[in-house]
Amino acid sequence: MTDIRTRADAIVVDSLAREWAVEVEGTSYVPMGSDELVEYLTEISADLVAALRARPVRAAVGHDAGRRLVQAHFTGPSTVERTLMLLGRRLPELLGDELREDVLALVGALAAGYATTLRDRTLDEQEAIRRAVIVARHQTEQALHASEARFRAMFYEAAIGIGLGDVHGRIVEVNPALTQMFGYTAQEMRRRTVGELAHPEDLPSVWVLYERLLAGELDNFCIEKRFYRKDGEEIICNLTLSLVRDERGRPSYQVAMLEDVTERHALQSHLEYQAFHDTLTTLPNRALFTQRLEHIFTTTPPGSARRVGLCFLDLDGFKAVNDSLGHDVGDLMLEEVARRLADQATDGELVARMGGDEFVVLVENSRGVEQLIALAERILTALAEPLELADQELTVSASIGIVERPVTGGDSSELMRAADITLYSAKADGRGRWALHDPSRDEAEITRFALSAAMPAAIEREEFFVLYQPLVAMGDHGMRGVEALVRWHHPRLGVLGPGRFIGLAEETGAIVALGHWVLASACRDARRWYDEFGDAAPFVSVNVAPRQLHEPSLLADVEQVLADTGLPSHLLQIELTERALTTDEGAPLKALDGLRELGVRIAIDDFGTGYSNLSYLRKLPVDVIKLDGSFGERLRDEEVTNTVDERIVGTLVDLGHALGMTVCAEGVETGAQASRLRRLGCDEGQGWHFAAALPREDIQEVLRHPDARSWPGPEDALASSVS
Amino acid sequence: MDEQDRERAPVRMLLPRGDGDGVTRPAWAPQEVDLDRPSAARVYDYYLGGSHNFAVDREMARRAIADWPELPQIMRSNRAFLRRAVRWCVAQGVDQFLDIGSGIPTVGAVHEVARTDDPAVRVVYVDVDPVAVAHSVALLDGVPGTGAVQADLCDVDGVLDDPVVRDVLDLDRPVALLVVALLHFVADDREPAAALARYRERLAPGSLLVLSHASADGAPDRAGDHIALYRRTATPMSMRPYDAVLRFFDGFDLVEPGLVPLSTWRPDGAADGDARVPGYAGVGRRD
Repeated sequence: MTDIRTRADAIVVDSLAREWAVEVEGTSYVPMGSDELVEYLTEISADLVAALRARPVRAAVGHDAGRRLVQAHFTGPSTVERTLMLLGRRLPELLGDELREDVLALVGALAAGYATTLRDRTLDEQEAIRRAVIVARHQTEQALHASEARFRAMFYEAAIGIGLGDVHGRIVEVNPALTQMFGYTAQEMRRRTVGELAHPEDLPSVWVLYERLLAGELDNFCIEKRFYRKDGEEIICNLTLSLVRDERGRPSYQVAMLEDVTERHALQSHLEYQAFHDTLTTLPNRALFTQRLEHIFTTTPPGSARRVGLCFLDLDGFKAVNDSLGHDVGDLMLEEVARRLADQATDGELVARMGGDEFVVLVENSRGVEQLIALAERILTALAEPLELADQELTVSASIGIVERPVTGGDSSELMRAADITLYSAKADGRGRWALHDPSRDEAEITRFALSAAMPAAIEREEFFVLYQPLVAMGDHGMRGVEALVRWHHPRLGVLGPGRFIGLAEETGAIVALGHWVLASACRDARRWYDEFGDAAPFVSVNVAPRQLHEPSLLADVEQVLADTGLPSHLLQIELTERALTTDEGAPLKALDGLRELGVRIAIDDFGTGYSNLSYLRKLPVDVIKLDGSFGERLRDEEVTNTVDERIVGTLVDLGHALGMTVCAEGVETGAQASRLRRLGCDEGQGWHFAAALPREDIQEVLRHPDARSWPGPEDALASSVS
Repeated sequence: MDEQDRERAPVRMLLPRGDGDGVTRPAWAPQEVDLDRPSAARVYDYYLGGSHNFAVDREMARRAIADWPELPQIMRSNRAFLRRAVRWCVAQGVDQFLDIGSGIPTVGAVHEVARTDDPAVRVVYVDVDPVAVAHSVALLDGVPGTGAVQADLCDVDGVLDDPVVRDVLDLDRPVALLVVALLHFVADDREPAAALARYRERLAPGSLLVLSHASADGAPDRAGDHIALYRRTATPMSMRPYDAVLRFFDGFDLVEPGLVPLSTWRPDGAADGDARVPGYAGVGRRD
């Protein structure tokens, strides 16, 4: 009987648990799968059925069942609802209606157990979560403390000044950098208001910005502003002012960050001053002058009657002062001249030093030419007073170029060019005077004049340079020598060929200095080649002008250059024009003899173009004749054979050889010409067929790689003439 | 509201936006504990029938449920998926778990579920909510082989190099990375895919990615409501479509049955297997 009932109860328990599981599944979150759920409910069901079977009924089991439901996390309200309904209905149905009262008691106990356990659990969980909040808060506070400590360190250690102010402008907090910057203690700072930090030089816009910031219209602004320190000293700061808002976005306080840039400012003004002033005389320099002049032209409206004028001034013979008395005295002279010029600038004129011994006085609003002339004369008079320099009395004079013209229709560079030219004309007219720019004078003439006048300074400034044209042996086209050819790298006009300035140099006598400079440069380069290539080094052929030949010091100069450079004399060739040799003066010939005795070779340049007294040739101390290019001209075209020209050249070659001279053909431009000249017996050739005038580095390349030279060999010419 | 909150906060969608310190609080400032604001972790606890929550949380949850009555069911389905997936991982021999966005892990905590099958399982819980983490720490006090860390999902190296993580887990061996019901609160601009790629790179071969994600598709009859809810609240929630969720598994091999509706991933009971519950779930293996 018991067995049967036990088996029957097992079936009851089983079906009850399954129905129960279906009822409550999904009503609470329990971490169980379906099978686990049924299993769990089966255990409880078994206990409930057993409790009902017991006598007396053990209602307390219901209490325990309620507890176990909560423990499994059946916390959803509908779980308990469905559970009570299911048990209240199904237990009597399954076990017999006579147990209805017992079931009610059991279910009631289950509800009580459930409620008690859930209440405890809820309270426990509430306590746990509150404890977690306390812990989290504590940790957050600690983190906040750490973060605040970092901030405090940042505030106190910052290298820039930081100040906090309220929206009424009261200073609330300042950091040590700020107190140091202002020389107040923190307490003293806190007694002040932002408004008290005003400076008379503040732009009104600063305080407009400030008001807008406090009104919340601006979040921040950054300006440079002056402040007074406690000791009254002025400092300049980069000020960044920021508005901090509260959580509702209303202005809450202001943060100022200040960086002291006083020193940087001082340095900057100093550098600016330096950039625009001459350190020796403290006068404005070229840059400032140019800026001011540009300003006149860019700001004067078209149609304005404004006139501008300037005196461009250059000391006469200043180089001699420097050379003879030394640069110290030269500098003292420049300072004194600057002072006297500045004294004459009584009408607001700008006096500037343009560099060297050049000064300019700018009249920004000229009343007419007379004003400028009067100014120039005043200046000349002022300079005429003797100068007491370094315990000696010196005189100085200057030349002045005056330009005076309307502003409209011109520009600053044109004005300066005119001033330049006019200054040179003043110098050419004699020292210590002024010249007025005359626009009707031929510009080209002026340029020519300007060039010749600029040449001495250009030689000093090394504006000249030398190119070398190879002189090749006609036999193998190997480079034997080079002719030194001078060029002028003019700062404004670019590279000028000798045609532009040699004639001028001869007229002015500058050729002597220029010739000497070329000789020295060429010998220096030739010596380098000799050092590197020894016997393979080319000789250098240097032109000497007639005027140089008449200088008594020529021989000594050459000797000196050879000694200075260490160039073996046989590597130097002097080229003279026929004209230079055919004058009847004896001195030149003596110089030539002297040169030959040194071992220097003499060549006659452009032979056949001058007064060709062939008999005279015999008497000349000459080693080389250079046939003028015109002789070879008609030998260039290989289709054309001209026996007359060939015969003339042949005769000249024979004549030269008969006198024991080397014959060099100039102006060789084609292969045909080269092979004909070779057949006619020319020893050397020069011309574009071989090479143009080359920089010294290119010559060096030819020497380094003789087989890789850029011009054709004699075989090439032969081959082409045969084919 | 803290922007990090959105990671775990289904209810965030019902909160007003733009008023919080997420806008003004710099990254290095400690997160505040503000009991005047609902916490996602505590609201989640409420959905699951827990009492680790306050009135403000319950109020928020009630409002959410009023708008979206299925929410508790979806939460339970997610939790059920987590339980099934964890047990499956243990069955695969993986005995280390990194549960990101763990919230308040009272009901069916990963270590409890896993340890029914393998008592040696080790688990680290990660969350950004300081209260949730403090609670986890208290809960795990005296439980060896577990730990809790406050960190952000997207700070991958911060998570993996945390001393607690290094202490509890051996990253040279496979780890199951749990990212359950989390990524739909991480907008694309925070580059969750890049974060997952980084986890993949750093975890040992054989590691598993356990992921579930809310989605508007898969529940076509509800999609309209979801979208309406969206619009009304302007939430940052990203209900990504199937393909977008699938891309989170780039570099992982999806295990059977692939990426499927939340409740149909290896169901084990009648309440599971209901394909109408919106959202997708899947597990991927890193080789």
